[in-house]
Amino acid sequence: MHRFAKPSVFLKFTAPILPWLSVLTAILIAVGLYFSLIASPVDYQQSHTVRIMYIHVPAAWMGLFCYVGMAICGAMSLIWKHPLADICARATAPIGAMFTVVCLVTGSLWGEPMWGTWWVWDARLTSMLILLFLYLGYMALVNAFDDPERGSKAGSALALVGAVNVPIVKFSVDWWNTLHQPASIVRMDGPTVDPSMQLPLALMILGFTCYYFVVLILRVRLELNERRIRALHLSGMFDERSNPATAKEQSYDAGHNAEAKQ
Amino acid sequence: MADFSGSDLTCLRGERLVFGGLSFSATSGDAIMLRGRNGAGKSSLLRLMAGLLAPRSGTLYWNGENIADDRIAHHGRTQYLGHQDAIKPVLTVRDNLRLWGQLRGVRDLDAAIDRALDALDIHHLASVTGRYLSSGQKRRSALARVLIGQSDLWLLDEPTVGLDRESCAELAQLIASFRKDGGIVIYSTHIDLDVKNPTILDLDDFAVPMVEWLAEQDEMDDDQSDNATSQSSPEAAQ
Amino acid sequence: MNGFWAILQRDLRLAMRQGADSVMVVAFFIVTTTLFPFGVGPEANILARIASGVIWVSALLAAMLSLERVFQTDYEDGSLELLTLSPVSLELLILGKVLAHWLTTGLPLIIAAPLMAVMLNMNQDGFIILMVAMLLGTPALSLIGAIGAALILGARRGGVLVSLLVLPLYIPVLIFGAGAVEAALLGISATAQLQIMAAILLLTLAAAPFATAHAVRQAME
Repeated sequence: MHRFAKPSVFLKFTAPILPWLSVLTAILIAVGLYFSLIASPVDYQQSHTVRIMYIHVPAAWMGLFCYVGMAICGAMSLIWKHPLADICARATAPIGAMFTVVCLVTGSLWGEPMWGTWWVWDARLTSMLILLFLYLGYMALVNAFDDPERGSKAGSALALVGAVNVPIVKFSVDWWNTLHQPASIVRMDGPTVDPSMQLPLALMILGFTCYYFVVLILRVRLELNERRIRALHLSGMFDERSNPATAKEQSYDAGHNAEAKQ
Repeated sequence: MADFSGSDLTCLRGERLVFGGLSFSATSGDAIMLRGRNGAGKSSLLRLMAGLLAPRSGTLYWNGENIADDRIAHHGRTQYLGHQDAIKPVLTVRDNLRLWGQLRGVRDLDAAIDRALDALDIHHLASVTGRYLSSGQKRRSALARVLIGQSDLWLLDEPTVGLDRESCAELAQLIASFRKDGGIVIYSTHIDLDVKNPTILDLDDFAVPMVEWLAEQDEMDDDQSDNATSQSSPEAAQ
Repeated sequence: MNGFWAILQRDLRLAMRQGADSVMVVAFFIVTTTLFPFGVGPEANILARIASGVIWVSALLAAMLSLERVFQTDYEDGSLELLTLSPVSLELLILGKVLAHWLTTGLPLIIAAPLMAVMLNMNQDGFIILMVAMLLGTPALSLIGAIGAALILGARRGGVLVSLLVLPLYIPVLIFGAGAVEAALLGISATAQLQIMAAILLLTLAAAPFATAHAVRQAME
């Protein structure tokens, strides 16, 4: 029976990894930024605007990666009913949503000089926008319940349903886009990526992925600690000093103890 | 002879530990009365027994078989009465009851509904729509539902709420005749219900202080300094 | 199958007794559709151009608004608890409830759609395809919507929340539904779109009852 045992195993395992991972993230992003902003060649057509790609593409990748991660956590929570899977999914959502926002904003910034407008109903951008809606729905659902555990479970189910839907949405948006727009428009990150772009792109993607894991670990630790504090509040632990004899009596009176502490 | 038992049941609602290490057992003709103060987990235990809730640990057995293995069969032999009466205001009492009988696959349903309504003395209400019922009449209609179709186990959560003295006596009689036919009744009530020698299960006995429970999990990672407080607490609490 | 028919019968009877619900869904659909000419102006060719999209978007919103009642009242009065506890597979019962929801909302919308198409000046070539597309699309909307309706049971602000959950999932149905009508208006065969819509319907029919049943069981805990 895992109870809360495995979450504490999580704390134990991640504690030594965290500093190394943070340093790795900083190095990867610093080097990646150097290559993408300074050391990479300028595109003959897009000039310096092309450098937005080095943020835009990894952000788009992370947006999808985080959603897949959430869906996997959702599946794990469904199959093994492990509380940690719910917490991970819950912690992933805001990170993924932020990356999706970054992707949309950089896409828009890139589109202004290239297309002359801030927003074009390009298939990829539109798909990312819908992905953002899915994230927002997840986050709204997870936070809509008084009992956080119930919220996490409902969220996990929604993440799975959304994951089944993402390919269908992608397919239908592509279909819709080709129907309504001529294909002559300049595509973002077309099929041919110049080899000189590959290294900075790869570095940035790796850096963003590491960054995700650092933030994920931090958020999961935060959530676990919050849970523990809530549990201690419920148990009446904090009344111990003032009145040790009644600590046991009060351990089931959640409302009373919560008030007493405030 | 049917046999219903549970061993080492732990129930967690939200993040609150309701009870732990609870065991019970009942055989045909038994009645178990659940006791305990508010929040001790009477409703949770009944929901656990019905299969609405899954225990955090422990197992429930019917004739030696885990009820989670064949939920449909368990639902088929169980009649559960919750806090709510599930009476639709726009349907007549008979139509309200008909659905639950149909779901149980009861043959000759109208006769079964008639018998149930007679037993609870509300046959005159059969064609009255739910919105005109008083709360006691609604409760009796909900109790009538329990009588429809075959069942071996009644789980009654505060069945007496809203009932007057006469209805309580009728309910006690229904329980007695159900037990005589080999049924098991598990119920919670805060007023005296005249049930002959029920086994009393006091849920306050199974209340596990949360500090102990937390300390148990902290033993797993005793090198974490931030747990020092919760490890020292069980001695203080006992 | 007895359980399926029993719950279908009961939900239809409830809808009939409560009456106004279906009428309100259709009224909402008609009013929403009528708003568009006020927004974009009454020019016949503009309205004809946007008619299929407008009808689909309004149908989507109307179907979504009625979702809350699929489970909410049953949840509040304890019936859902008993449905979960009845000796019939919950998936089957949910399918029955969803069918009842579709019969009382989707079907009236399909009947009202040509009327709105006339008012929006849509070419008559599109009418048959519009109705066929809605016949394939609206059951999928009910099935997907049921998942959302089950997930929000017990949540605060359920009504707004369900729209946020469900509308993004409706997008494929919208795209192919409106696409089919547009193809028909252009005189192109709409078979591809209709086939994809049928595929979406089959997929949701296979998957949605399980997801919904899972969500309902969660809500009971």
